[in-house]
Amino acid sequence: MSTAEAAEPTRRDFLYIATGAVGAVGAALALWPFIDQMNPDASVRALASIEVDLAPIAAGQAITVKWRGNPVFIRHRTPQEIEAAKAVPLDNLPDTEARNANLPEGAPATDENRVVGGKESMLVMLGVCTHLGCVPIGNDGDYTVVENNVKVGGWFCPCHGSHYDTAGRIRKGPAPENLHVPQYAYVSDTKIRIG
Amino acid sequence: MAEHAPYEFKNPVARWLESRLPILSFTKVHLLDYPTPRNLNYFWTFGAILAVMLVVQIVTGIVLVMHFTPHVDFAFDSIEEIRRDVNYGNIIQKMHQVGASMFFLAVYIHIFRGLYYGSYKPPREVLWMIGVLILLVMMATAFLGYVLPWGQMSFWAAKVITNLFSAIPFFGESIVTWLWGGFSVDNPTLNRFFSLHYLLPFVLVGLVFLHIWALHVPGNNNPIGVEVQSGQDTVSFHPYYTMKDLYGIVVFLLLFAAFMFFAPDYLGHPINYAKADPLVTPTHIVPEWYFLPYYAILRSIPDKLLGVIAMFGSILILFALPWLDTSKVRSANYRPIYRQFFWLLVIDSIILGIVGSNPPEGAWLTIGRIATAYYFLHFLVIVPLVGFLEVPRPVPKSISEAVLPPRSEFRAAE
Repeated sequence: MSTAEAAEPTRRDFLYIATGAVGAVGAALALWPFIDQMNPDASVRALASIEVDLAPIAAGQAITVKWRGNPVFIRHRTPQEIEAAKAVPLDNLPDTEARNANLPEGAPATDENRVVGGKESMLVMLGVCTHLGCVPIGNDGDYTVVENNVKVGGWFCPCHGSHYDTAGRIRKGPAPENLHVPQYAYVSDTKIRIG
Repeated sequence: MAEHAPYEFKNPVARWLESRLPILSFTKVHLLDYPTPRNLNYFWTFGAILAVMLVVQIVTGIVLVMHFTPHVDFAFDSIEEIRRDVNYGNIIQKMHQVGASMFFLAVYIHIFRGLYYGSYKPPREVLWMIGVLILLVMMATAFLGYVLPWGQMSFWAAKVITNLFSAIPFFGESIVTWLWGGFSVDNPTLNRFFSLHYLLPFVLVGLVFLHIWALHVPGNNNPIGVEVQSGQDTVSFHPYYTMKDLYGIVVFLLLFAAFMFFAPDYLGHPINYAKADPLVTPTHIVPEWYFLPYYAILRSIPDKLLGVIAMFGSILILFALPWLDTSKVRSANYRPIYRQFFWLLVIDSIILGIVGSNPPEGAWLTIGRIATAYYFLHFLVIVPLVGFLEVPRPVPKSISEAVLPPRSEFRAAE
């Protein structure tokens, strides 16, 4: 190689690189609208919150409501279910975080932290398995309590075999997290607003 | 590669076109006169069968789009209308539905053919890797298409498969929301899946073009795995292999037609005739048969991220196969040890498929774990080691020596 070719960068070299850089940034920016259009649109994001009346749900009963296209489980737990959930030492939980949108992140997964406003009998959570999104089946799995020879509380996901306990916490199977508790608040003593 | 003999066309129009766009000589070189090893067996007809299947899927697909409505409220019913009301709709819809299964059957035979005869070895690595890419795009296309009828299995397949991406650390949840266009699988998801399901087959056409291009540079592998050395080793593609391929295609279409006319739903799941319900997961969700082995691998690993990595890894590992195989001999016909392991891999894949169709409990879980471990063991340990340790049988010097009678017999016959 001759010395002439290794000469100082010229004004022209600088212009080439600068033009190329501006072009690359422009192309990347032009790409963004085509990526972002796939994110939830305004009508989906604006989906109103829903209000649910809890009064008709007797102890031991559960209802499923639809919120943002997903099922939300609302279960009126029996004292035995709460008892069973409280008896579990935190060390036994695969996921020790509460996964409660109403609490600061990283709150421990105690039974109290799975509900809102200290109303321990009402368990409200997304019915979406944290593994791959199937809807778990209620009153099933290895972590139910047995009352009168009937399995009560607890959830089992039929897709890949995840078992959740009576507080909706993952205990066995491939799911990495406890069932998520959505943002909700009591608007009256027996009524909640989800979202 | 054949020398590009300058073709002299007699027809003046052909000459005029040829001097402006040499498409006629290109066709002649690559589709008619293309020198092909004379000893290809019927496993080599699956390339042509696959080309036919791609055309069948595209043609039937374009017709179905004329009658399909991609909306959560109408998709399920519009498929039923195609089956009941559209003229010949029941046949065309079944052709597309059964065609997907037949496509995969053919592609798996094609891939195992490559594994047996060492078609991935130098100088055909790029050809092989484009093939793996084709498999991946085919799988994506099949999955997207399966969602469109909006039955229960469609919906939950969409939910489970898109949720695989939630295993990605940090960005997982945002990626899934982005894929869905919402907070669950819903109308935006169905619309974009429809758009992509229409796009990807044409991407496949492009990849198939590259696949054939990469094939025509080194030329075909063959059952003895010895490169072509002289004109005596080859015959022209037309008429020898056009006819052989056509025969293979007709036999394959017989099987296709048998399923299509007599058991169109045999390979599917009855629950997909129930309309999608986002609040209820069917008690036993399984993918179509052609995804069962991967599904078994996913479920065998009790960790979400690792399960997803293993599942994708089971295909991605094929990209590395040309460098994992240390043996210089291509064809398993001359590799007594590898040949046995090849059949074990076939059996292992079938076992994974059976495991994938059963619930992940008890013995199935154990069998699934062993079969998954063996699958990776085959590619990462057995294939490299056997290449070193095995003593191959003597390989013929040339194709003609292997398949033609010795010269003395030739003379005697004359």
